Amino acid sequence: MMLIPCPWCGPRNESEFHYGGAAGVAYPADPGALSDEEWARYLFFRDNPKGPFEERWSHSAGCRRWFTLVRDTVTNEIVAS
Amino acid sequence: MTGQEFRTDRGGLVDRSRPLRFRFDGRDYTGYEGDTLASALLANGVHRTGASIRLGRPRGIFSAGVEEPNALVQIEEPFPEPMLPATTVELYDGLVARGLGGRGRLADRPDPARYDAIHAHCDVLVVGAGPAGLAAASAAASAGGRVIVIDDQPRPGGSLLGAGSPVPELPPNPELRLLTRTTAFGYYDDNYVVAVERRTNHLGANAPAHLSRERIWRIRAREVVLATGAHERSLAFADNDRPGVMLAGAARTYVNRYGVRPGRRAVVMTTNDSAYAAALDLHAAGVEIAAVADLRPGGSPAWAQRCAERGIDVLDGHAVARVIGEDRVSAVTLRRKDGGPARDLDADLLLVSGGWNPVAALYSQAGGRLTYDEELGAFRPDGSCRQAVTVVGTHTPGIAVWTLPGGDPATAFVDLQRDVTVADLERATGTGMRSVEHVKRYTTAGTAHDQGKTSGTLTSGVVAGLIGAEIGELGTTTFRPPYAPVSFAALAGRDRGLRYDPVRVTALHAWHEAHGAPFENVGQWKRPWYYPGDGEDMVTAVLRECRAAREGVAMMDASTLGKIEVGGPDAAVLLDRLYTNMMSTLKVGAVRYGVMCRPDGMVLDDGTVSRLAEDRFLVTTTTGNAAAVLDWMEEWLQTEWPELRVHCTSVTEQWATVAVVGPRSREVVAALSPGLDVSREGFGFMTWRDAVLAGIPGRVFRISFSGELAYELNVSWWDAAALWDAVLAAGAAHGITPYGTETMHVLRAEKGYPIIGQDTDGTVTPYDLGLGWAVSKKKPDFVGKRSFSRADTSRADRKQLVGLLPDDGRTLLPEGAHLVETPALPEPPVPTLGHVTSAYHSAALGRTFALALVRGGRDRIGERVFAPLGDDLVPVTITSSVLYDPEGARRDG
Amino acid sequence: MAEPTTRHSPLAGAADRLARVTDAAGGAIAMAEVPFLTQLDLRLDPKGPAAAALGVTLPTHACTSARSGDVDVLWLGPDEWLVVGPPGAAERLAGQLRPAAGSEHVSVVDVSAQRTTLLLSGPRVRDLLALGCAIDLHPRSFGPGDCVQTELAHAPVVLFRRDPGFLIFVRASFAAHLADWLVDASVEYTGIPT
Repeated sequence: MMLIPCPWCGPRNESEFHYGGAAGVAYPADPGALSDEEWARYLFFRDNPKGPFEERWSHSAGCRRWFTLVRDTVTNEIVAS
Repeated sequence: MTGQEFRTDRGGLVDRSRPLRFRFDGRDYTGYEGDTLASALLANGVHRTGASIRLGRPRGIFSAGVEEPNALVQIEEPFPEPMLPATTVELYDGLVARGLGGRGRLADRPDPARYDAIHAHCDVLVVGAGPAGLAAASAAASAGGRVIVIDDQPRPGGSLLGAGSPVPELPPNPELRLLTRTTAFGYYDDNYVVAVERRTNHLGANAPAHLSRERIWRIRAREVVLATGAHERSLAFADNDRPGVMLAGAARTYVNRYGVRPGRRAVVMTTNDSAYAAALDLHAAGVEIAAVADLRPGGSPAWAQRCAERGIDVLDGHAVARVIGEDRVSAVTLRRKDGGPARDLDADLLLVSGGWNPVAALYSQAGGRLTYDEELGAFRPDGSCRQAVTVVGTHTPGIAVWTLPGGDPATAFVDLQRDVTVADLERATGTGMRSVEHVKRYTTAGTAHDQGKTSGTLTSGVVAGLIGAEIGELGTTTFRPPYAPVSFAALAGRDRGLRYDPVRVTALHAWHEAHGAPFENVGQWKRPWYYPGDGEDMVTAVLRECRAAREGVAMMDASTLGKIEVGGPDAAVLLDRLYTNMMSTLKVGAVRYGVMCRPDGMVLDDGTVSRLAEDRFLVTTTTGNAAAVLDWMEEWLQTEWPELRVHCTSVTEQWATVAVVGPRSREVVAALSPGLDVSREGFGFMTWRDAVLAGIPGRVFRISFSGELAYELNVSWWDAAALWDAVLAAGAAHGITPYGTETMHVLRAEKGYPIIGQDTDGTVTPYDLGLGWAVSKKKPDFVGKRSFSRADTSRADRKQLVGLLPDDGRTLLPEGAHLVETPALPEPPVPTLGHVTSAYHSAALGRTFALALVRGGRDRIGERVFAPLGDDLVPVTITSSVLYDPEGARRDG
Repeated sequence: MAEPTTRHSPLAGAADRLARVTDAAGGAIAMAEVPFLTQLDLRLDPKGPAAAALGVTLPTHACTSARSGDVDVLWLGPDEWLVVGPPGAAERLAGQLRPAAGSEHVSVVDVSAQRTTLLLSGPRVRDLLALGCAIDLHPRSFGPGDCVQTELAHAPVVLFRRDPGFLIFVRASFAAHLADWLVDASVEYTGIPT
């Protein structure tokens, strides 16, 4: 049970959060201008690194705010928040 | 019976004024309060407790604690419980148990005991209340911290108990909590330690029913101190598994803590100093020590001197060559380890010490690494753990010796519980295995109930010797939770039955219950399924409810629909981006059906959007999706479009909803709200009005999920019961009929309205559902739009929602049934055309029908395909998904 | 406002059971519904001018509350508060808060019926809550006036430390579940197995 630092509420149990996958995958400004391949890359392709990973979480059982942190996927250590 | 002939005259921590009767393997015995089942058996001279799982060899009590590999028992009374080590079962009056030959037996009746769980928080968690743990806890408490100390024994003291030494008191402090009979079994991320407390097990049949028998502690600690001591390990030599072979430290514990002599005459085999203390304590308690064999040439002069003072023979550089006796040790042969003459010694006890392994399971679970320590002859925590954990305690120096010379490797046991021998390890390494993890899986060493507590390091040591590797490089197998077995009942706690997941109910639940409705689970909600009349089965009741809705008037509790108020100057912009339809053009007072997709174009949810004011909308979601849709809106607002000035607020339980449906519904609503213009012209389809309903302020929506003239009435959740009663009264003259979710499903399916989550599965676009009309062509973008032009989503042969009419109008197709092209099944793999998503009896159609997702379905309308039903394939005809009132003539009454 | 006589609070049907727990627990724990409290969900920018014009104090520290007259304002998020007043005060409070918005984007939504409230008190109440709540409720971490959105018995709740005990705001649909859970969890103090 990780203790995840909500930037607003402070550290809370992992079970209060929703995972939002990789951070920094912005919705394209003009999806219509993208090729099928570029659009598929946005939809389906994500990094899955072993080690530090910048990812999004939502404190869904608390303040409902989304935020970004960096978690080491090997140790679950939160290395930046 | 007399019994307890191996009990010492005095001493130990048992209460000799409190005898306890128990039965083991069909014989009656007595022990004392403070005994374990193992110590009480030994007090009665019983060593052998069962047989080994694979080879059926007799086995006896080997240790005095949780590390026990042999003495597994089945508790029969007061309640059946399998596979408990006799060394961990506290004795109570009336205990009935028997020894096991491996597996136990689960109870064939429900366990009446209560189990629960609790959360706890502390600054310092100390695991282990031995001397090091007690010192750490006292220091932490006096520094002002909130401290929890846990220990698996009934009283603190740890190794002091076995040594017969006094135990220091913990200082009185309200923030220092000592949990005895509690085993920390899991160490998870961020110092989250899970433990099980055995609260009333030791009371047997006298356990009070209102207290939980076991309690799971979920402890979050700022710092953890592991003071978990060490487990003694054995040595591999021939017939080292005979009853009467016992760890030396365990024998010392039996004498000092329990006042039990584990035998009459003992041989001690050791590789380190610790077993001498056992020899001396046993000797003092009246056990004859035939000899101490110390493998180390020169042994320990200081200990040898103390032995000599007591007349105990010490043979340095000696090893056990042979163990004589099958059901019980009767003699032991010693020989110099480099050969020479053998010496047979009569003995009924062989005490063994191969060294001490620091108990590092929790440290390892925490992410810490173990390192091999030459001085200890054991693996120890390397102090590198990323979590805030400290390991404390003292260690006994030892040497890296794993097997004794000579003897048959096929009876030299490494893992007693799995019957794994040196010969088995030779076979594994002989196949080329070089990793202990592989050897473990091949031989099953370390995989038993005891998880290799006494055998793990021994296995690594033997394997290292076999392959010529350094044990430090070879390492150990991985430690995983649970450290000791935990019952599923404890893990489940009170989260079982109806408490497994919260049950959500509407304000009208009591009425539904009182009127005999069975309930359907929709997400966490209980929704009334149908209301059976006298003697009605479900099919009859649903046909009656459907007829009422199509021919007269019917009502349902629709309060479970998710409701979200979306407010702010940019609310319309947000809705335009999230729904496939255009919402910004909606007029105040109007309602629009809307579909939401994920960026990949697949339908996420549907519902209605009502414009309450220029800058306020009320959005409904499907029952199971309310929270997900609110999260979805927040995600886009917060992470992609923070510039939008919009707030989303859940009002699902602010408003209760009663749907009034059917050709007579207008009269009912008119009677409820005399001031409301309910005329066709004055209150058009897909609009809403504020209204006072039977004196209750609320809103009325002209929405239909059945195709009939219908109204949805919203009032405060508090007023739901009053409104429901008023609707019943106002509709009485028209025979108003309450209906449940099954009728709702039939009515909507007759109209081809999909249920998201039933007729869809996350791979279905609005076009697949025939909802292309709800997808805006004018908006430059909305979530999902780009995906509709992907090659995959624009294929003509996608699965599309269609209707199905079985040839035989009495045939109800099973939901999930696949559809095939031919009347006989071809050879597998059988190509499927799609599957049935919904199937019902229809009163309006006078027959059964179904909805299905069928490959290229809309182009197949009119075709006959086949559905497996039991052993048969039944013919069905593909139709439009709209089977009733396709012109939409009925919605305005 | 509806006629009060037509109203049913979500835990009206559980009142007897909660009272029996209170009686049987012999002072260790007391529990009862506090129905029909006024609750408004307030969203605004705490740094904007509207925040200062509300006529109630907005707590800006996470998980704290502020009291103004008969109104408690609970922090729910960086731009969200729960304004709690006595029964029947929704129109008065909304009428007080809404005009403060001016041209700012402020929303005030009446959610009085969305959640009902339980008051739990007694010397063992923290032990009881610990059976179903992972938040540290020790006075060193959670003092008077503190509030927290979290889960209790797997249901979403707002816990509010308010003398003489804890006010628990629970969504109406979860209220019966929570009451059942509380009655069951109290067995250790009531001695009445369920």
